[in-house]
Amino acid sequence: MSVDQATVRRIAHLARIAVSDEEVPHLQNELNAMLAFVEELSAVDVEGVEPMTSVIPMKMVWRKDAVTDHAGASTVVGNAPVSEDHFFTVPKVVE
Amino acid sequence: MTDVTRLTLAEARDALQSKKLSATELTQAHLSAIEKARALNAYIVETPDQALAMAKASDEKLAKGQGGPLEGIPLGIKDLYATKGVHTQSCSHILDGFKPAYESTVTSQLWRDGAVMLGKLNMDEFAMGSSNETSYYGPVASPWLPKGRDGAWARQQLAGDKKGLLVPGGSSGGSAAAVAAHLCLGATASDTGGSIRQPAAFTGTVGIKPTYGRCSRWGMVAFASSLDQAGPIARTVRDCAIMLRSMAGHDPKDATSIDAPVPNYEESLGRSIKGKKIGIPKEYRVEGMSAEIEKLWSDGIAFLKAAGAEIVDISLPHTKTALPAYYIVAPAEASSNLARYDGVRYGLRVPGKDISDMYEKTRRAGFGSEVRRRIMIGTYVLSAGYYDAYYVRAQKIRTLIKRDFELAYAQGIDAILTPATPSAAFGIGEKGSADPVEMYLNDVFTVTVNMAGLPGIAVPAGLSADGLPLGLQLIGRPFDEETLFSIAGVIEEAAGRTVLPQAWW
Repeated sequence: MSVDQATVRRIAHLARIAVSDEEVPHLQNELNAMLAFVEELSAVDVEGVEPMTSVIPMKMVWRKDAVTDHAGASTVVGNAPVSEDHFFTVPKVVE
Repeated sequence: MTDVTRLTLAEARDALQSKKLSATELTQAHLSAIEKARALNAYIVETPDQALAMAKASDEKLAKGQGGPLEGIPLGIKDLYATKGVHTQSCSHILDGFKPAYESTVTSQLWRDGAVMLGKLNMDEFAMGSSNETSYYGPVASPWLPKGRDGAWARQQLAGDKKGLLVPGGSSGGSAAAVAAHLCLGATASDTGGSIRQPAAFTGTVGIKPTYGRCSRWGMVAFASSLDQAGPIARTVRDCAIMLRSMAGHDPKDATSIDAPVPNYEESLGRSIKGKKIGIPKEYRVEGMSAEIEKLWSDGIAFLKAAGAEIVDISLPHTKTALPAYYIVAPAEASSNLARYDGVRYGLRVPGKDISDMYEKTRRAGFGSEVRRRIMIGTYVLSAGYYDAYYVRAQKIRTLIKRDFELAYAQGIDAILTPATPSAAFGIGEKGSADPVEMYLNDVFTVTVNMAGLPGIAVPAGLSADGLPLGLQLIGRPFDEETLFSIAGVIEEAAGRTVLPQAWW
């Protein structure tokens, strides 16, 4: 399988990464090189094989639904590029 | 004492315990060495004030005859470990200015045991790379020099674009270079496809990726959560064993960390390996393998035979599928993990005309080209219509890869011996610029281990024709790091400790 330029733009948008027109052909080549590299996997017989979900058998654990290490609102927003009154600030979303 | 940075971690520990050396003196010597080695670009942040304060506290404890197993030992920390109040960016621009309000579990355990933090180490951006060239902070130069080059030439290259100098490997390139250049006694590293073992092999140091679940991943910047695992790089097998004991252990904050006691790994050094069954997988004898790697491998076999181990030919038939399957699973998980970098809660923000435009511009500016490429491939293989053909198929293949190892261990194999890398270190700027896959091939021998969740150790075992270090890899049973330390110790002793380069920088 290989990707065309429209697909490159679609993937970039899905991944929320801006791409310029000049970048598209280059990205297309790189993505197709990677897809060509993984192509050999289509020849592997996986009939009846379960997909891996956990590499080491582990029992899922429960914990109490309780506040554990709440550090305070100032700490939570401490690394935000823009914040106001302990809220993260973003461009207007709802008109 | 002469140059205390030349001590091994174990020697330094013993000198501190017997008060022949103070933690402050040892830390100061490392800080001076780091300052003189800035051009190598191994450390991206130095924390001298914190280091000296920690050393002072250690000296007070040591004076009272107290102190933990790492009391007063100066270490370097890979930039993907969250360190409270200190630069933590996984060497990406998108985490611009990020200073966590918390400490990773692994580093907090090192400090609990008395270690001293010297600073944060360079790495490939988000640990995606095999040469440390994808770092936002630029490449790291290996302390090893290409054949026929001297210090004067190398210093000139260091001042310029570093072309022609050697890479330390990656992604833990800063960790490996710092350990090899005596800029710390040991370093934390992490391994998703070979990021501890490949740089260790390239720099003549020892690195172990423990079993998945042995160390907590809490507070480590995530790349591919089902493959990522913490581990140390140090100058000897013993030093790695000492560090791993402190790094490992159960953590309720990481549901994938195992609730099992941590052995005193150092005690496995010097244990007899007589009668141990060592598997030699024929699939690792890849086409076009160089004569020097072949020789390294057969030397390793001879060392283990001489120590009484039994050599058994084995087959791991799905070996060849591991690298391509990895390049589906790892990018898929990365695309999901890295979705959190959106310019809202931390790091870089580039303004846009609306929120979607802000996301897209932020992520375009914040991620480097390798990371963008992997996020896009990951997004593609998880997208509607391709999920089954790529992602589910790769996860099925992962089951087959793990089954290969299980069958080998079921025949009584104790550990598997392979080369660590297909070649010695290459030059900065030499690989991967035209075809990304060229760089990925570095991990051909190491990536199987992550796919199967097993422990793997890289130990120096000889030199290439150009005088550069080459490493062997030992792969163990799940949670049997002790056997790996015992066998790696035998190889280390038989091959002789690597003579690391003198400071030319």
